[in-house]
Amino acid sequence: MSNADPTPEASYRVTRYTTAARLNHLVTAGSLVLLAVSGMALFHPSLFFLTGLFGGGAMAREIHPWIGVVLFFGFFGLFFRFWRANLPERGDGEWLRNGGAVLGGHEEKLTEIGRYNAGQKLVFWSMSLLIVVLIVSGLTIWDEYFAAWTSIPTKRIAVLVHAVAAIVAICVWIIHLYAAIWVRGTMDAMTKGSVTGGWAWRHHRRWLRETIGGKSAG
Amino acid sequence: MALTSADLIRRSASSVPPPAAKLPEVAKLIDVSKCIGCKACQSACIEWNDLKPTVGENVGSYQNPHDLSPDTWTLMRFTEWDNPKSGDLEWLIRKDGCMHCSDPGCLKACPAPGAIVQYSNGIVDFVHENCIGCGYCVKGCPFDIPRISKVDEKAYKCTLCSDRVSNGQGPACAKACPTQAIVFGTKEEMKKHADKRIADLKSRGFAEAGLYDPAGVGGTHVMYVLHHADRPEIYAGLPKNPAISAVVELWKGATKYAGLAVVGLAAAAGFVHHIVNGANRVTREDEANAAKLKEKA
Repeated sequence: MSNADPTPEASYRVTRYTTAARLNHLVTAGSLVLLAVSGMALFHPSLFFLTGLFGGGAMAREIHPWIGVVLFFGFFGLFFRFWRANLPERGDGEWLRNGGAVLGGHEEKLTEIGRYNAGQKLVFWSMSLLIVVLIVSGLTIWDEYFAAWTSIPTKRIAVLVHAVAAIVAICVWIIHLYAAIWVRGTMDAMTKGSVTGGWAWRHHRRWLRETIGGKSAG
Repeated sequence: MALTSADLIRRSASSVPPPAAKLPEVAKLIDVSKCIGCKACQSACIEWNDLKPTVGENVGSYQNPHDLSPDTWTLMRFTEWDNPKSGDLEWLIRKDGCMHCSDPGCLKACPAPGAIVQYSNGIVDFVHENCIGCGYCVKGCPFDIPRISKVDEKAYKCTLCSDRVSNGQGPACAKACPTQAIVFGTKEEMKKHADKRIADLKSRGFAEAGLYDPAGVGGTHVMYVLHHADRPEIYAGLPKNPAISAVVELWKGATKYAGLAVVGLAAAAGFVHHIVNGANRVTREDEANAAKLKEKA
């Protein structure tokens, strides 16, 4: 870290998310973290101690599916808020092909990005798919209420699918979280609902042009 | 002398040191050809284990209750089988319950440390204070034995009367059996006893008589003498080659380790990327350009 403050003062701020969208995200994010912790605790014996955070193994087992229901409806809300903005568009292929430049912090070489870049869209769509897989496989093994609904061989497959989908979802979440940490100023979108003009210029220039009513990106 | 933690050879979701001295392996041998279907074993099990199954309803079968339950750890299963060779209608009666596998699928699947244990004498026991009621044992078991109680959300099954065995007694069901269709002793003794019974059955025309001690689960500590050992499935669906499901093995094997590794790698990749590339910061120039854009708008 350099001695000088490396973050320049904001020229102005741009609204990125409404308060309702932020609360919706907060509920979804919170339930995802609780699900990951309680789920991992029941997945690997070395993490079983984490059930202590939920009041013991039986409580973790009891509460995990209910949090899953909260996550499902929370993500349902996010999905309908943002699915249009995450539809694929022309620049996405270029962004993905230039993953190296993006990871190196040289986005300026690429076509101006709209509200979401291809990486963010991938996080969105993979989470959408994974959460459907997780809720379906999760209901299949929610024996407290649905034991009689499916056969034991079906439940065996469901429990494996649930574990694998959860691992992938946790990895997607790590990418999502890391991207927000690495790209400084991003967390503001979650915590304040707005980002600085410079952040928008740097990372989502076409969106900035559209937002402040300047000429649209070419 | 009671069974203690020193006698454990396996403990779910945890490890145990190998026991200093191993107990002789025990086994219950159930000779279906001697069973008269009196259900004394069922009653003895209920009485000894203080179970209180609700009174069921008769649907025209001797089988009552209809299935194993958290309060029914052993159940006479009745099958009417048309023997295609002899043309006889055979009434097959099999006492169902935990087989006490040498390689127990329930224990392998269990995520709660110490909720399922295996003693060196072969008994697989559920330790209810450690059970979290997830039902993974139900998915792990190749014989469809464990049942989850709706009262306390914990798993129940036959204990092989571990509390009696550890005090030198046989299981309650064996004690109650009036025809000695159920006998109990060391596994070696029981195998020898079974050999005599099988020889007797063969001499009386049951050419396929044999012992059910399936190798797919490492052998069991509840064994059957079957008069049609070539077709165990006719005895109310006793599996021919039981083994822990490959799906369960994959879930509790490779997936368990690969899963943690992948999550760890993803997190590590983030750290390394940040160390190598540093933060992606907005520059003064970015802010100036953004300001210029706004002025134009």
